[in-house]
Amino acid sequence: MTYQADEKGYYGEFGGAYIPEMLYPNVEELKQQYIQIMQEESFQKEFKDLLKDYVGRPTPLYFASRLSEKYNTKIYLKREDLCHTGAHKVNNTIGQILMAKRLGKNRIIAETGAGQHGVATATVCALMGIECIVYMGEIDIDRQAPNVARMKLLGATVIPAKSGSRTLKDATNEAIRDWINHPVNTHYIIGSVVGPHPYPDMVARFQSVISEEIKSQLLEKEGREAPDYVVACVGGGSNAAGIYYHYLDNPDVGIIAVEAAGKGVLSGESAATSALGKEGIIHGSKTLLMQTQDGQITEPYSISAGLDYPGIGPMHANLYRTGRAEFISITDEDAMKAGQELARLEGIIPAIETSHALAIFEDRKFKKDDIVVLNLSGRGDKDLSTYIDYFNL
Amino acid sequence: MNRIQQKLQEDKKLLSIYFTAGYPQINDTVSIIEDLENNGVDMIEIGLPFSDPLADGPTIQESSTQALRNGMTTEKLFQQLKDIRKTVNIPLIIMGYFNPMLQYGVEEFCKKCEEIGIDGLIIPDLPVDVYSEKYQAVFEKYKLINVFLITPQTAEERIRFIDSVSNGFIYMVSSASVTGATSGFGSDTKDYFKRISGMNLKNPQIVGFGISDKQSFKEATEYSNGAIIGSAYIKHLTKNGVEKNIDFVKTIR
Repeated sequence: MTYQADEKGYYGEFGGAYIPEMLYPNVEELKQQYIQIMQEESFQKEFKDLLKDYVGRPTPLYFASRLSEKYNTKIYLKREDLCHTGAHKVNNTIGQILMAKRLGKNRIIAETGAGQHGVATATVCALMGIECIVYMGEIDIDRQAPNVARMKLLGATVIPAKSGSRTLKDATNEAIRDWINHPVNTHYIIGSVVGPHPYPDMVARFQSVISEEIKSQLLEKEGREAPDYVVACVGGGSNAAGIYYHYLDNPDVGIIAVEAAGKGVLSGESAATSALGKEGIIHGSKTLLMQTQDGQITEPYSISAGLDYPGIGPMHANLYRTGRAEFISITDEDAMKAGQELARLEGIIPAIETSHALAIFEDRKFKKDDIVVLNLSGRGDKDLSTYIDYFNL
Repeated sequence: MNRIQQKLQEDKKLLSIYFTAGYPQINDTVSIIEDLENNGVDMIEIGLPFSDPLADGPTIQESSTQALRNGMTTEKLFQQLKDIRKTVNIPLIIMGYFNPMLQYGVEEFCKKCEEIGIDGLIIPDLPVDVYSEKYQAVFEKYKLINVFLITPQTAEERIRFIDSVSNGFIYMVSSASVTGATSGFGSDTKDYFKRISGMNLKNPQIVGFGISDKQSFKEATEYSNGAIIGSAYIKHLTKNGVEKNIDFVKTIR
């Protein structure tokens, strides 16, 4: 039994590639080549060198002593917030830009919600001198002006998605349409472990550097490679896939996935996909997604723009369905409190996405000598205006 | 023999029209179908609206969004079409995305289609591989023809595979694009039409995407059995209303 993808891109019953024929040649090309390319020595060297010298890896594994003391357990934070551009997203965009180069593509497209993935994509495109087009919902463009400015400063073109609900899912639709319209020269850098096979598996592999580093860092600090628990927030689920990756098939490691409950799971304004979703197809993948009884995809809500996606990656849908992972949902209010608490106890201002994961300690109790590693997936700079409004700072 | 197969045997270039069910008004579905048949349209694709139509351009996306706002659902469409075979004889195809069908239940959906007299389905995001492995038996049980798309980028081997799984016609997407593009057909496109025509496939081909007027219909059908018009017809409906919907058809032939 494995919780990794099989060769057709299925995690149990979830995953696959439910794509229009127009996308088939592009997706098939990637599917045929991604593993081989990733295993090439020159690829590995370039990828690792950039992660080290450009991104700033390895990121620290930090023992949060005051937080641990408060919750009477041992909490380590994997400091992805210290990556260049401020979040784990760049691990994937570095990997995919190198992939695109080897596939001979000279034009990059991406979707973005809060703008973090857009910034990470614009960054690597600038680094490589490749044209970059980012699709972003019209509503998100208004909400996330600093990230729009960052992308423009980096030389990217930001195109507003004006259809449907004008947020992340529609930006994704627009990016897919662009790919259909540019079938030869363009690579689509998807920002999470979603979309048709091979994207969920490819993105998970690029993010797996997170748990790879934890193994050796924890060995040094605690004399063991595996913690008792790994914890991460899940929107689409790329930072979660990264921290779970090397522990998926180790039953001694508990996996905890934290979703955004928004104003409450049953409030009608939520993004708790595992609790509210049903099996279906979104963006080319069979997974759990929020939808009407009639199969129309609905708009989720969370205070955190990075968690309001109506689906979750197929890996996570399978972890939920099989019971391998424990899913917890956290409201806006509890997340904001946890973000403030980390700032005051440890001097780290987290992204609001990450704050959801931090909020579990209030109710989910661990043993005193449990080792819990939490993925501190991003820093809170981008969320400053939300923190200011929320706490009247 | 299925109505689609019968129609394809006629010695003419088929004109097929796509429209979004429930647009412009929720109850326009039946009258649009009747008008189209009465004015010489050979086959109709009834669009089941979806919130996230990946393969469609802005025109069909907007008509779908409006149809959903109007209250269109899968069940509602089946109710509207309940008596359609009392008045309409031409082939009827439902075109929609896979998720609404999955939620309705694929077998239940197919069964309902057979009861109503739907002849075929076009589901852009149900790939031929998944279909042949998991759903072909159900479609055949309810005598539904499933129509697959090919594009200028589709490899020859895959076209042969699609041809082997198909039993009605092949939907030949005119160019690498979503629906509603109006670039006209250049020499590349004509070469592609000729190339496919020269493959001697067992299924006839009908061209779709980018056909908007008499000229493009003529070009698209030079090497194929017919053509499908969608976005251009919906634009006409939006501008001129249902009462004048047949004016559009008259401009094509």
